Amino acid sequence: MTAVPGPIRADYLVVSRLIQPGSRVLDVGCGDGGLLKLLRDEKGVDGRGIELSREGVNRCVAEGLAVIQGDADTDLAFYPDNAFDVVILSQTIQATRAPRVVLEHMLRIGRQAIVSFPNFGHWRLRYQLVTRGRMPTSENLPYHWYDTPNIHFCTIRDFVDLVREIDAVIDHSTALDAAGREVRVDAPWWFWNLFGEQAVFKLSRAR
Amino acid sequence: MARARRIPDDLARQQADQPAGDVAHFGTDEPLVLDAGISLAPFQIAYRTYGTLNAERSNAILVCHALTGDQHVASENPVTGKPGWWDIMIGPGKPIDTDRYFVICTNVLGGCMGTTGPASTDPSTGQPYGLSLPLITIPDMVRAQAMLVKRLGIDTLFSVVGGSMGGMQVLQWAAQYRDAVFSAMPIATAARHSAQNIAFHEVGRQAIMADPEWRGGRYLAEGTRPSAGLAVARMAAHITYLSDAALHRKFGRRFQDRDAPTFSFDADFQVESYLRYQGEAFVERFDANSYLYVTRAMDYFDIAADHGGSLARAFAGTRTRFCVVSFTSDWLFPTADSRQVVHALNAAGASVSFAEITSDKGHDAFLLDEPELFAITRGFLESAARARGIA
Repeated sequence: MTAVPGPIRADYLVVSRLIQPGSRVLDVGCGDGGLLKLLRDEKGVDGRGIELSREGVNRCVAEGLAVIQGDADTDLAFYPDNAFDVVILSQTIQATRAPRVVLEHMLRIGRQAIVSFPNFGHWRLRYQLVTRGRMPTSENLPYHWYDTPNIHFCTIRDFVDLVREIDAVIDHSTALDAAGREVRVDAPWWFWNLFGEQAVFKLSRAR
Repeated sequence: MARARRIPDDLARQQADQPAGDVAHFGTDEPLVLDAGISLAPFQIAYRTYGTLNAERSNAILVCHALTGDQHVASENPVTGKPGWWDIMIGPGKPIDTDRYFVICTNVLGGCMGTTGPASTDPSTGQPYGLSLPLITIPDMVRAQAMLVKRLGIDTLFSVVGGSMGGMQVLQWAAQYRDAVFSAMPIATAARHSAQNIAFHEVGRQAIMADPEWRGGRYLAEGTRPSAGLAVARMAAHITYLSDAALHRKFGRRFQDRDAPTFSFDADFQVESYLRYQGEAFVERFDANSYLYVTRAMDYFDIAADHGGSLARAFAGTRTRFCVVSFTSDWLFPTADSRQVVHALNAAGASVSFAEITSDKGHDAFLLDEPELFAITRGFLESAARARGIA
């Protein structure tokens, strides 16, 4: 699973704020366990993780985190319904083969799902494509088109469409700009889609 | 060709009844009811301990040995004179830290190092049991261990750890005594023995039974040993513990003490010489009937079958923390076997870690110098110790 490099991840802090202390949390694509550790230490959560890379898993397990080597696309199916309070997918949905299926599994396994993802509608990416005619790259998306693990990019608006399609409810949403600051809360979607470099959504099942 | 160090036959033999280390005796008032439907009594369990049990009795780790292992996990083996088989993992300051934890290792039921097995003397006849001992299963081994753990005054094991057949015992412990197992570390193992593995075992057993010195299992009473058969069984099995890459790296096609083939069936190749050595060394320390019993116990192992075909059901509601480990080049207990356990534990809502370690050393990797395994073991036990409140 991809993890955006960098020491502090602004989306972690946003995600952390959205989690109730003591929750049961599954972090899908947990990388080196940074978020799980943050949630364990700050929120006292009962956290579990899934991570694709062996190195990531081994680091997590050596840190005492309950993380399994696995794949969001294949392994979520083995979890029972309502096993977790929250299932998190941070900066990983764009690397899954079947984002819709993954999202549906998350909302089946957890009462709520938190998804953070890079917004491909950000003005800088649009600008690169328009002016240079090349696949955009950025600090958070450093890959070339031929070596990127990110195979299903979307924009904030695309994601909102998918949420509607699978009949989920948006409980909370945040867009972060390139500096990791929150984009104005009262701004319309088009504004977020242009100025949000990444977005964090908290979803639940429609009642 | 290298010669196995000659070990006086009676050195291994005497371990069966009078083992080095501790022995717990269970009389006719404490029979062990075997899966075969027979009550075994009296019987004995040979074991070793390392470290100190704390006042709360909360720091005990049971280490379970593999097919041909024994209780001498972290101290000199009384027969071979070699260091304990997991000396690299267990000891002061090591991943399973005997400065912190109280480590128990028992010889399995059916073994030949002091726990009741086919080489033990049947008190009713004064002769070795041989094939008159009922067949043993992995759950039988675990029930016997549980009787010892209880006698040691321990209600809950802090952890149960083991690789290969030891891992089977770990899983059985977690399924059968879930409230008595705080954490569990099944390594390079499976929740059921595969058809391929049963097939390999059958080859080994047939090699033993085809040796005329086996004498229908009565070789001890008749003063012989099926050494050739047992050595062949070991040679065949040993190949399954390694990997193509490891064999190639170690031996390639190199000749043994010669520059050209001899055009004979002598051990021209290093790999042949190595296997012959492994076979010869093994027969010096292991009882052939024990090999039959213990391999059979592994063949019968299938936790899901004991729970209506559902492995997840075996672990439903468990509060044990699991850490499952496999190795990339292990084709005897491949990662898919471990993943099956992990999926069942996920389905059961268990707390589970699962790491696949990159190694070309095959199944044996779990016994060798694998820094990632050490880091994972240390980290997993540390976090479990924090949760358990062990200083």
